[in-house]
Amino acid sequence: MASEERNLGIPLDIELLNSIQINRSALERRASSLPKRRAVKKDWQVAWMLHAIRCIDLTTLAGDDTPERVKRLAQKAVRPVRTDLLSALELDIDTIHCASVCVYHNMVETVANSVDGTPVGTCAVSTGFPAGHIPHQQKLEQIQASVAAGADEIDIVVSRASVLAGDWQALYDEVKDFRTACGPAHLKTILATGELASLKQVAQASHVCMMAGADFIKTSTGKETTNATLPVGIVMARAIRDYYERTGQKVGFKPAGGISKAKVAVAWLAMMKEELGEEWMRPNLFRIGASSLLGDIERQLEFHLSGHYSAANRHPMA
Amino acid sequence: MGVKEILESLDWGPAPESDKFAREWLDKHGPAFGMYIDGNWVTPESGESFETHNPATGELLGTISQAGESEVNAAVNAARAALPSWSSYPGHVRARYLYAIARQVQKHHRLLAVIETLDNGKPVRETRDADVPLVARHFYHHAGWAQLFDETFPGYGPVGVCGQVIPWNFPLLMLAWKIAPALAAGNTVVLKPAEFTSISALAFAAICDSIGLPPGVVNIVTGDGKTGALITEHDDIDKVAFTGSTEVGRIIRKATAGSGKGMTLELGGKSPFIVFEDADIDSAIEGLVNAIWFNQGQVCCAGSRLLVQESISKRFHEKLRARMAKLRVGNPMDKSMDMGAIVDESQRKTIADLCQVGCDEGGEMWQPSLELPEQGCFFPPTLFTNVAPASTVVQEEIFGPVLVSLTFRTHKEAIALANNTRYGLAGSVWSQDIDTALEVARSIRAGAIWVNCTNQFDANAGFGGYRESGYGREGGREGMYAYIRPLSKLTETSTASKNTNTTPSASSSESIDRTAKMYIGGKQKRPDGGYTMDISGPSGDVGQVGRGNRKDIRDAVEAACGATKWANTNAHTRSQILYYIAENLEARSAEFASRLTAMTGSSESESAKEVEDAVSEWFRWAAWCDKYDGAVHETTMHGLVLAVNEAVGVVGVTCPDERPLHSFTRLVAPLLAMGNAVIAVPSESHPLSATDLYQVFETSDLPGGVLNIVTGIHSEFVSDLAAHDAVDSMWVGTGDIAEVQIASVSNMKRVWKAEIGVSDDEMLRQATHVKNIWLPHGV
Repeated sequence: MASEERNLGIPLDIELLNSIQINRSALERRASSLPKRRAVKKDWQVAWMLHAIRCIDLTTLAGDDTPERVKRLAQKAVRPVRTDLLSALELDIDTIHCASVCVYHNMVETVANSVDGTPVGTCAVSTGFPAGHIPHQQKLEQIQASVAAGADEIDIVVSRASVLAGDWQALYDEVKDFRTACGPAHLKTILATGELASLKQVAQASHVCMMAGADFIKTSTGKETTNATLPVGIVMARAIRDYYERTGQKVGFKPAGGISKAKVAVAWLAMMKEELGEEWMRPNLFRIGASSLLGDIERQLEFHLSGHYSAANRHPMA
Repeated sequence: MGVKEILESLDWGPAPESDKFAREWLDKHGPAFGMYIDGNWVTPESGESFETHNPATGELLGTISQAGESEVNAAVNAARAALPSWSSYPGHVRARYLYAIARQVQKHHRLLAVIETLDNGKPVRETRDADVPLVARHFYHHAGWAQLFDETFPGYGPVGVCGQVIPWNFPLLMLAWKIAPALAAGNTVVLKPAEFTSISALAFAAICDSIGLPPGVVNIVTGDGKTGALITEHDDIDKVAFTGSTEVGRIIRKATAGSGKGMTLELGGKSPFIVFEDADIDSAIEGLVNAIWFNQGQVCCAGSRLLVQESISKRFHEKLRARMAKLRVGNPMDKSMDMGAIVDESQRKTIADLCQVGCDEGGEMWQPSLELPEQGCFFPPTLFTNVAPASTVVQEEIFGPVLVSLTFRTHKEAIALANNTRYGLAGSVWSQDIDTALEVARSIRAGAIWVNCTNQFDANAGFGGYRESGYGREGGREGMYAYIRPLSKLTETSTASKNTNTTPSASSSESIDRTAKMYIGGKQKRPDGGYTMDISGPSGDVGQVGRGNRKDIRDAVEAACGATKWANTNAHTRSQILYYIAENLEARSAEFASRLTAMTGSSESESAKEVEDAVSEWFRWAAWCDKYDGAVHETTMHGLVLAVNEAVGVVGVTCPDERPLHSFTRLVAPLLAMGNAVIAVPSESHPLSATDLYQVFETSDLPGGVLNIVTGIHSEFVSDLAAHDAVDSMWVGTGDIAEVQIASVSNMKRVWKAEIGVSDDEMLRQATHVKNIWLPHGV
């Protein structure tokens, strides 16, 4: 699942950050027209929805999570779609699985044990998720502890204060430290875009995180009042494209929060294909952080196969 | 391809729109389509018809009736007969009909969208998301104008029977732009859709029928250009509205010159799309997709001339080519296509031929390697670089998916390049710097400027051009004026200048021979021809003026062109100067009064009154300078749409004999107040009060060239003035308007039969253009 070559980062380039220009209204127009320009239908829709499952970081970040519940979720991630539905589509059972299971640190071990021997990854939110208001040293320790517990992906939150103040050096240093602490685990940097002041800041923070060596940039924690929106997604995707054009290094993208419908997930995939190309639709460069999305996709898949609308109780719960 | 394969390829796949209901509709109403005249479906007496095809497939969709003289007569008669009752309905009643049309359009939006795509070849995504929603919005909006007509336009009524001829690029939308304001104001219409795309207009007629619109209010006749000419040249048509090519607009303009018909023309364009180095470049690229590849580039306001700042040119063009390679061209009934078919093979050939010219002239043509459908009428997105303003493809409207690209260094150069065109329909400016964006937006000579956006339309923002892109606006309050006229003129009984029996005042102040010359560029100039003519009053000679000729006109226009910065002089300063003129005129009122008496034979009191009126007139327009505000339109866009009243530019005025000082002032002052540069031709018989004014102007700080005066025999040079391509408008205060209209065909300038008695408001409108500046915002 990990891309062959990781982003190594580059020195902080303040001049580039200062040259970034973002026009919100134009992005909003692009975001509203893009899904309408790129509908996928019938078999293509089925395939794209199945593919969306492959990109899901199946997530639970609830206060009342228990090890049993997390185990169930891990099982669901390994086998997200009913076997009969896959058979009807002439697909092998192991073709479709989620990318990873995403949890707090205390559940990392549970997940790692549950998915052991499967292609599903173990992902931990970290660094004082979701607000990030803990000392820097503790953040590093948290990352190291999760990696030690079996996490191969770490979703960190950036210090919003650094972004809001435009202190790019501080943000760069912070993320670079996180990257080092991750070791072999992949680093996803959550910008919490809903708490940033402007789309320009979103673009700037995206660039800084990539310069500092992020493997993925991610929109939101799912805990902000505004989560993944398409205009924000386009800004981040374009930052990734720009970074690739300048450095030749590929960084992944993960929208998270609020993506709960199959149709919306497909629109995000279409956005990736349009703005970045087919390569960036693959799970090594694209993830969707979601919990309830999978259920909606399952129902839509059954509808496509049966011709009538499905119900939630017909699909195994997590 | 199965799901398994698609999972690997992650292709788009087809996303076809169903044509089932549209087919049913076509079967029910076709295949031989009639016309809608006087509330009835009729077929032409001649039995003549022509075929209409789906350009994406070549499939025959049906046959369209070719209306001849008798059908056009029948339609015009029906419209005439329907006019009295339709125009006398309370606004509320007309509003209900327009509202009903809007509702019907909305209810049948998918059917209309699919019919339009089948007939025109444009992507169904566009007809569904742009054309038809805008049509519904237009009728809703104009239902509002019908409702508010009496309050909003007191003293105005409909023009009468309107003949409307529309193009094929937005068939139903152009119909809406024509019919909605006409009906709202109480006019009745005869409309001819374009030959290639008649069907949606007939579907619209069926809607009118279904809501019980009174017969004759809307008549749809079909046919080719011959039918169009029968309509526009029909004696009983009060107003012609045309959207289409500048070439046909010119023919219509010529054919209807002097007929007294009202006219609005919305013609071609070669609109600039300007990208500064501080723009959001990716968004600008996406803007270009909407600017030039929307509707296959068959858009009059298409952003077809890309101007990129040199510093970002290389990167911009790399990104542009990459974006072009991602465009999808194909079956317009596929919901996921960016571009569909060109409307007709003839148009495709025109586009291809112009591209060939571009290549022959040394331009570098680039097209992405896209798969085009094997059959049907398609043309790939195309980019020309290595071109210059002198290239044919940079000057000519291509009306296809062809972008030409130039670079600039400074904003001044960008503005100069942007305005280096015969057209003036629209422009797009991309910069995140508000100073740059607004400065450039104000400086482009065009009717719609989109800042960091493009091809934005709304029923409440007037759309229309400057220069050879036509005149008149469609949409909003400014658009309504194209379909109304003052019910009764404010006839300020012009005291006749006819020689009365009053004796001239004995004390003529003329003791030293005074030589009135031309007034050009702020200087008194001898007439080029070297001839002087005598001016006589009822009691003999009162003076002499220069006898102007075409060279004096040439010089005057040149001086006026050099003085257009007057438009940028702030309104307060303009107003100060106009007040100062009044002040200086009044100081010499006795002299001017006696001149009037000597010249026209008016009584002393009449002359005194005329001078007093003239002073008051200067005061009036001085007052207006800073009070004819624009507007901020409410549209569907999040942002501001600023409707700015701008000077028309260089205007020629011919002044009547009646009350020569007052009428000269009444015509010249509003033009100056609004920032125009003027070439005034004073009364032929009584020019001396105008020439006497030189000294007043000179002592009033009026900058040289802002007002130029050429005296002489009107017939010897007015047609040269009218024909001058640098003159943007003619106010015909005296003489034959037909001659002026014919003479001015070459640059399609606005011609107005200027009347002294019209309201100030009408004067102000004639002295200005509305430019709508679209300013979306957000952080």
